[in-house]
Amino acid sequence: MTPPTDTAVATPPKVGLTPPFGGEVLTRGIVMTWLSVIVLIPLAAVVLRSTEEGVTAFWNAISEPEAVSAIKLTVITSLIIVVVNAIFGTLLAWVLVRDEFRGKRFVNSIIDLPFALPTIVAGLTLLALYGQDSPLGINITYTKVAVGVALLFVTLPFVVRAVQPVLIELDEEMEEAAASLGAKNSRIFRSIVLPNLTPAIIAGCALAFARAIGEFGSLVLITGNIPFDTQVASVYIFGRIESDNTTAAAAVAVLLLFISVLVLFLLNLFGRWRSRHERA
Amino acid sequence: MSEPSPIARYGMRALALTYLALLLAIPLVMIFVKTFEDGLGPPVEAVTSPDGLHAFWLTVLCVGIAVPLNTVFGVLCALVLVRQRFPGRGLINSLIDLPFAVSPVVIGLALFLVWGKDGWFGGPLADAGIQVIFSTPGLILATVFVSLPFVVREVQPVLQEIGTDQEQAAETLGASGWQTFWRVTLPSIRWGVTYGVILATARALGEYGAVAVVSGKISGQTETLPLFVENEYTNFNLAGAYAAAIVLALLAIVVLVSMNLLRRDPDELHEPGLQAIAEPAKET
Repeated sequence: MTPPTDTAVATPPKVGLTPPFGGEVLTRGIVMTWLSVIVLIPLAAVVLRSTEEGVTAFWNAISEPEAVSAIKLTVITSLIIVVVNAIFGTLLAWVLVRDEFRGKRFVNSIIDLPFALPTIVAGLTLLALYGQDSPLGINITYTKVAVGVALLFVTLPFVVRAVQPVLIELDEEMEEAAASLGAKNSRIFRSIVLPNLTPAIIAGCALAFARAIGEFGSLVLITGNIPFDTQVASVYIFGRIESDNTTAAAAVAVLLLFISVLVLFLLNLFGRWRSRHERA
Repeated sequence: MSEPSPIARYGMRALALTYLALLLAIPLVMIFVKTFEDGLGPPVEAVTSPDGLHAFWLTVLCVGIAVPLNTVFGVLCALVLVRQRFPGRGLINSLIDLPFAVSPVVIGLALFLVWGKDGWFGGPLADAGIQVIFSTPGLILATVFVSLPFVVREVQPVLQEIGTDQEQAAETLGASGWQTFWRVTLPSIRWGVTYGVILATARALGEYGAVAVVSGKISGQTETLPLFVENEYTNFNLAGAYAAAIVLALLAIVVLVSMNLLRRDPDELHEPGLQAIAEPAKET
């Protein structure tokens, strides 16, 4: 991440501009109304629906064995893929910044594909290589491995894109100094490079985790959605909506919402703490 | 770091590229192979079937309504967030990112609850004879929801950077608010708007989860292109599924290439949402 801009500069001067769209209050009102109608009120409806039949009903809904199994699978798999992402994301960033080889620019640009590619297409592409008639002879369909692979696919860019700019800006003089003092490469990496990259790795991992927790489209085709086995939380919610049990759907949805908002809130807090720390 | 040994360097390169190939590159190539393994006939037939064409045009319609709406809202919202100070501004700023953080299925459920025939908004509309859920308006709402943050998040940093000097100058010279906006503000944020529109379009084209909940998946009626892919696949029409997926994949690649071409600084690393969430320090 680039260092934060100074807050004193970021605060705009109070100008006597005539706002182009009527008064300030009007523009503010339009923005708030749009945001409320599209985002806020619908999400509030989910929270309300989950507790409509009381706290006990909410608790029963999220402690139902099928729901528990789906939530467990989602959280555990997301944690595993975050660790894989931390390792391979950092490695990819390293190779893209410090290594030189033909086709590097091309490799760099395809990293973003999982963000641009529709999730259902992501699932289908994985099926083409790891499906029933896999050319490699590896069939992972309808297994928990498929859940992990699909999540790895859709979260691939997060750590790479978080670490890359930090690595570009990292001053190599420090490393050279350490090397001239006789430190081995492994030591330099552990004591100088890694500590500098850690905040970016954590940020990338948090975003990847939040994304993985709610992922749906890339999983529906390849996991088979088997209850108590490969069914993740979002697929469970979808099933409950289809069987018209919106209260149970809303309860699990609120739990997912809570987890991802919590992760992003902690990340935000971490960012604030870090920028204050750096400025001091 | 001192020059690593060639073994370490090549080893790391090989490991990183193998990972990328197995996870991303080869699967993508495979989908092209699979689509055309029986010749051009079956895939072309599938995407030009009445249901396929309908799905394509329905997707175009949803994107064509959602993206312009979010562009106008996005510019307005960025202006409000950057140029105004009022209580609740921080709250709005964090709410903008919610569509990034919420599971697509939860978005679908949210719209289903509010706009369904028993919902707060859907009830009165149903009485007036307007069906939202399991119908085109629902698909459009879902598309608007998921593509909402992009333009705001792209325009906001640009607005912050350009400041208000030029606008003040225009004002001093007697320009009206509208003239200043069209001739000074808009030209200077045009790249931010363009990036935002491209990213929002990509997301809107490919949205599956939220749309799947509110669509009811009625073939030839409420089926967008991503839903068509799933439907073809579950009906064992693999050629159709792969062909429609290729159309979507090509659109995604066009988005990626145009982003790369438009990027002013080739080294500029640009992640929508990512920076916004991870860099709250800009906020006052």
